[in-house]
Order: sequence, then structure tokens, then C-alpha cells
Amino acid sequence: MTDNRKIDPETGTETTGHSWDGIEELNTPLPRWWLWTFYATVIWGVIYTILYPAWPMVSGATTGLLGYSTRAEVADEIERVDLSNADLTESLVRVDLGVLEENEKLHRFAVQAGRSVFAANCSQCHGAGAGGVVASGYPNLLDDDWLWGGTMEEIAYTVRHGIRNEEDPDARFSEMPPFDWMEEAELDAVAHFVRSLSKLKHDESAAIEGASLYADNCSACHDENGLGDRELGAPNLADAIWLRGSSHDAIMRQLNAPRMGVMPPWQARLGEAEVRAVTAYVHGLGGGEADVGKSEVEPTQ
Amino acid sequence: MFDTLKLIVLALIMFFAALGTDWARDPAYMVHALLIMIIAGGLFLWQLRQMPVEASGIVSAPAPLGYMDGPVRYGVIATAFWGVVGFLAGTFIAFQLAFPVLNFEWAQPYTNFGRLRPLHTSAVIFAFGGNALIATSFYIVQRTSAARLWGGNAAWFVFWGYQLFIVLAATGYLLGATQSKEYAEPEWYVDIWLTIVWLTYLAVFFGTILKRRERHIYVANWFFLAFIITVAMLHVVNNLAIPVSIWGSKSVQVFSGVQDAMTQWWYGHNAVGFFLTAGFLGMMYYFVPKQAGRPVYSYKLSIIHFWALIFLYIWAGPHHLHYTALPDWAATLGMVFSIILWMPSWGGMINGLMTLEGAWDKIRTDPIIRMFVASLAFYGMSTFEGPMMSIRAVNSLSHYTDWTVGHVHSGALGWNGLITFGALYFLTPRLWGRAQMHSLSAINLHFWLATVGIVLYAASMWVSGIMEGLMWREVDANGFLVNSFADTVEAKYLMYVVRGLGGVLYLAGGVVMVWNMWMTIRSPEARPITVALPAE
Repeated sequence: MTDNRKIDPETGTETTGHSWDGIEELNTPLPRWWLWTFYATVIWGVIYTILYPAWPMVSGATTGLLGYSTRAEVADEIERVDLSNADLTESLVRVDLGVLEENEKLHRFAVQAGRSVFAANCSQCHGAGAGGVVASGYPNLLDDDWLWGGTMEEIAYTVRHGIRNEEDPDARFSEMPPFDWMEEAELDAVAHFVRSLSKLKHDESAAIEGASLYADNCSACHDENGLGDRELGAPNLADAIWLRGSSHDAIMRQLNAPRMGVMPPWQARLGEAEVRAVTAYVHGLGGGEADVGKSEVEPTQ
Repeated sequence: MFDTLKLIVLALIMFFAALGTDWARDPAYMVHALLIMIIAGGLFLWQLRQMPVEASGIVSAPAPLGYMDGPVRYGVIATAFWGVVGFLAGTFIAFQLAFPVLNFEWAQPYTNFGRLRPLHTSAVIFAFGGNALIATSFYIVQRTSAARLWGGNAAWFVFWGYQLFIVLAATGYLLGATQSKEYAEPEWYVDIWLTIVWLTYLAVFFGTILKRRERHIYVANWFFLAFIITVAMLHVVNNLAIPVSIWGSKSVQVFSGVQDAMTQWWYGHNAVGFFLTAGFLGMMYYFVPKQAGRPVYSYKLSIIHFWALIFLYIWAGPHHLHYTALPDWAATLGMVFSIILWMPSWGGMINGLMTLEGAWDKIRTDPIIRMFVASLAFYGMSTFEGPMMSIRAVNSLSHYTDWTVGHVHSGALGWNGLITFGALYFLTPRLWGRAQMHSLSAINLHFWLATVGIVLYAASMWVSGIMEGLMWREVDANGFLVNSFADTVEAKYLMYVVRGLGGVLYLAGGVVMVWNMWMTIRSPEARPITVALPAE
């Protein structure tokens, strides 16, 4: 072996004397900077594992001299933010929502917090800009058309308890029955009448025939003039806003097999302060309505 | 006798596969049973046709001498083929992220992002990378041991068995069979098949080393052996599962909860460490000195960095689980071992780059050397970036963002991709007895397409990832979050398009390479295959 060692002319370094398929190896020592950096990381590693939780023991693990914990770090940060907002949060929980807007500082705080709550919890369905998704039946929250009411208290109730869910017994609830038992021609007539309510293109004679069918079957919930009923979450049929589409086909489909939205209750997950915050945010998006003397609207089952 | 046994086994496989097609509980299992039935049937007929010759008492041909390069040639072609398939899948899903409409309604559920993504990762890591590793290890171990592959046709079994594994895995994903563990998605029966193939691979490789005619084992073979043994261990432990039925693809993991997560990332990180690092370092230690015609820079460095790398890598997995249910102590250890791993990883880069000492001018003249150098540069960059991202504070920004995706791709496209391309350019003329590749300027073009592609990819993902991480944690003066998730998705759109364009360039480079290999293999033979001179 030793006999094969030779000096590489290019580098002046001795080879190890091995050769595989013509590949030789130089006997270059370890680069100093490499070795010392390696040592430095090892020493750093030893120190770090003494300072931080690291080594598993028989039961549990070493906690480290600094007593660091990722969970405690997050808890500290949350506590710090909670403490710095404690006064405003406290006031928000106590304030009468009807007069929140009069307290400018508190209202600004609520809207700011509500924007964040909305982005994290509501935007998935209602859209990041709260514009809703018509194709999926998620209502637009920017307009002034409200299914269940647009005052602060009414919005807060909807957020707290949700709509048509099974988790919260106080959820807003109503159900439109399917009208597939009607004759096709009758349904067609009703659809023409419904379109006439909002001045959409329709067949005049069919609409006249549909008027009496509407009065007998639909007006109890949707109002004789088609203005809807917020107590029942029955949509206004006389305006230009259509959650499930305004075409003749879309209305026929809704009559035959009604689709109704579901919203989860948020009270337990968000807590009262965040419910009120997101209420203030949604109320301020453009369609919020002023309270008219009543403080809490009780649900109609 | 042995042949009769083979016939019986094939007949049994056919029989059970036939039962499987009938009793299958899900489409993936049924398609796979059908596939296996057809393959076993074909092998049965083929075996039957071979029989009479042996029975008539004709003495079989003497054992062939010299190196066994058949499986290597097939492996080189398979590497190039699966490479282009994998790059194509990756480019397509990159555009799916930018333009969701590419999740075509008519092709649901088979071609949605969720099913194509594992198809891409498995195609590039296991099909492209795996074939490259098997082919080059078979080539290298023979030449550096001066011995023919051990085990006769076992090497052919490894090649074809591995292709079957790839096909079963890929079709399984499209048909919805997955155990939902990243880089370990194939279901239980595919895992069992891979175990059989892999242990045969180990036997062939180790057998060849045992019968070597060189006194010492060359460093490339240390790395290959570490890669093969560790991957066998990782694969078996991480895939411990109980099938719901032997007639269905669904299985239940043996570990659950945080133990399962820890096992998965112990596996996942060492798939990077041993499959994509140790194995490819084995390639590097042969092809770089060969192509440069220079001795390896430092024998001592190769020993120290080999053992340090092997020892340290296996502990680094927990850094994938910072700020999760994993206890803090385990995460700390994962981070500390990752940082200590920095220098051992760089040992390979130093040994590769410094081997060029005395031959630096070849970077100008030899595009293959240029590929190796760029590959080592990307290797050095990702093995610095990796330890940095494992630091808890950095990870709290980078985790779950596109930064991780960019990091993986600068390593995979830069290090694994470029070194494999270089190896294919080295091997193709030698294996088919040609003087050199058909076109040197096409290699040069490939180098630039790939390099610009990687830069577009990595840069766009850095921007997108860091932006996304900052947006997620952005809070206003009162401590309220500023952005919704959809806001970050919208902000990343442009970066997603740039990333897709990077993929297009990288894919184009792959196509240029395939054309070049095709022209080289098709060109008139220049010299006998057995003569393989060093590149000097």
C-alpha cells in the first residue's frame, strides 16, 4: 500500500495510495475552518440543551435552566394582549349595543377587533370582503337586505346562536316546505307571479293565475306583497337581491326543492366580546340598521 | 426444480390476483389486482417457454463475465423517462395552484391537486431519484469493487420490481389509495412489495461489495450502503399498518397521534437525509473525480463527514414538528442536531468542489463539470438553509409557508437534479459505447434552462413564503390579526405564476436532455462497449 503513495503534482499533497477505477484520494488534512466551525456548533449544542428543555429522562425531560416552554410563550403573549385591551373589552361586553356607535373610541375598537374576527372565522363562507357567494347561497353582508334583521342586536343574536344548526337550541330556525305536490303549470304560474313582484320579465296571464296561488300558499311567510318576514327569515321577493338566483328556472328549482342556509353558533367559540365586535364590524359594512327602541329581539321558532 | 417452483409461485400469484379482482373492495385494489394478474400471467408463459430447453439436458451457457450493465442501461433510460414525467406533473400542479380552473371538472376526482401532488413528489423522488440511485450504484459498485454484480438476475428483479412499485404507487394515488403520510403514501401491499425489492437491492449491492477485488471499500459505496440500509429501516417502521381487509387497499396505522407524527417525520426527514443526501453523495464521490480526472480532495474529510452525517441526520426529524403537540424537549433536540449537522453536510460539498483543484478551468470548457459544480453549490446552499430553518424562531415564520417548498426545490432541483443530469451525460456514451454525447451545446443549453428555472422557482417561493409568513402573523396596534387566509392566497398569485414558469424551463431542460440521449444512443457505434476510458 505504502508503495503506491505519491505526491500529486497539481497540489503538492500526498495521495493515500488507494485507487478505485482510477480514482485516487489525497491525504489533505481537515480544513481548519471546517473543523473549528463543527466544534463550535457542538459546543453551542451542549450549552443550548442545558439552557432549554432537551434531554429525556425516566419520567419527563430536563426543563432547561431558562425554564422556557413554547406553550408558556404563547400564553404569555395572549395574556399581554388581553391585558392591554382589558378595559375596552370589559366596556364592550357591558355596553348597550344600540348605543355603541355613540361611544366613538369603543366603537372604533370593536370594529377593528371585529374585522379580525371576521377574517379568521367568517370570511371562509361570506368572503374576505363580506360580499357573499351567490353560487353557494352565502349571503352578501354589504347590502341592506337582511334575512333575519340588520340591527346590532339582531345581528348579534344571529352570530351567537347561528341559523338552522343542531348545536344551539336557540338557533334561528324556519323551513320552507317543498311545493313539488303542485301541478307543473301551477308552479310555473307562481314563478311568473314571483318575478312580477320585482318587475322582472314575466308572462302577464300566467302571473295573474299565479297571484291567487301565491296568496294561498306563500303569502303567510313571504308577505302578500312579497316583502318577506324577518321573524321567519323569509326573504323579500320584491327587491333586486336574490340569494338563490332570479331566473325562472332558479325559482322553479327553489319551489320544488328549497335550499336553506345553515350557520353555526359562535357564542361558545368566540365569547361575548368577540361576538359583539364582529357584530359592530358587520353592522358597519354598509347595511346596518338603527335600533328602533327594542333592545333584544327574541327568536320566533 | 427451481423453475418449477417459479411456475408454481407465479400460478399462485395469478390465482390470488384473480380472486382480488373479483373481491376487491375499492377501485385501486381492483386495478392493481388486474395488473398483477396480467404480469404474473405473462411471466408464467415466458417461464414456460424457457423450460423445454433446460429439460432437454442442454447445458446452460456459462455464467457471463465482466460488468453487468444491462440493468444500468435500463435504469438510465427509466431515470430520464420518470424525470420528465415528474417534472411535467410538478409544472402542471404548480399552474393548478395559480389557476384553480385547471382542476378540470370533467377529470374529477382523478386529476385534482390533492391526487396529483403525491404523484409528482413520488415521481421525482422515488421514480427519477430512485432509478438514478439504483442505476448509478450498480454501475459504481462494480467498477470500484472490480467485480460483477452479485446474485445473477437479481439485479434485473430489482429494476423491474422497482418499476412495478412506481406504477402501483402512481396509479394508486390517482384512484384514491393513499395512507396520507407525506412521501410514504402507498398503501400496505405496495409497501410490502417495495420491502421485498429493496432487500433484494441490499443483497445485490452488499453481495457485490463482499466479493470485491479491491482491498478497501470506496467512499461512494459507504454512502450507498448507508442509504440502502437506512431506507429499508425507515420504510418498514413508518409503514407499520394493519390492513382493514386483505382484499382492499385501506389500512390503519399502528402508531397514532403525536407518536405517528414523530415516526412520520423521522422517516420524512431521513428520506431527505439518506435518500436525497447520502445516496446522491455516493454518486458525487464517483462522478466528480471521474469527470474532473482528479483525486478526491481529502480522504480524512470523507471519513469524518460520512460518520458525522450518518450519526446526526437520524435525530433531526423533530424540527418538522416545532410548535405542535410534540413535547418541547424533542423539538429542541431536533433543532440542535440539525444545526450540528451543518458542517458534516458541507464536508461533502468541500470534498466535491475541492476535488476540482487543479482542474478549475474545466468549468469553462466542460458543461458536465459545470453541472456538478452548480449541483454542489445548491447542495451547500440548501444544507445551510435547512439548519437555519430548523431554528425555532426562524421556523415560526417559515413553517407551513412556501419558503419550505422553495427550500425543498432548491435542494431537489439544484442538487439532486443537476447531479443526476451530469451522471446521465457521463453514463450514456459509456454504456452505449459512444465517444461522447451527441451535442455538447445541448448540454450547455440544458444547464442554463435548469439553472434559470431553479432561480425563478426558489426566488419566487422565498418572496411568497416570507410574505405569507409575515402576513399570517401581522397584527395591528391592538393585537388583532390583520389578514384572512384568502388575503395571503390572493397576494401570492404572481409568485405562483413565476414558480410555474420556472418549472416550464426546468421541464424544457429535461426534454432537451432526453433528445440528446436519444440522438447519442441512436448514433452509429464508435467503439466497443467494454472500453470505458476516464474522461481526461
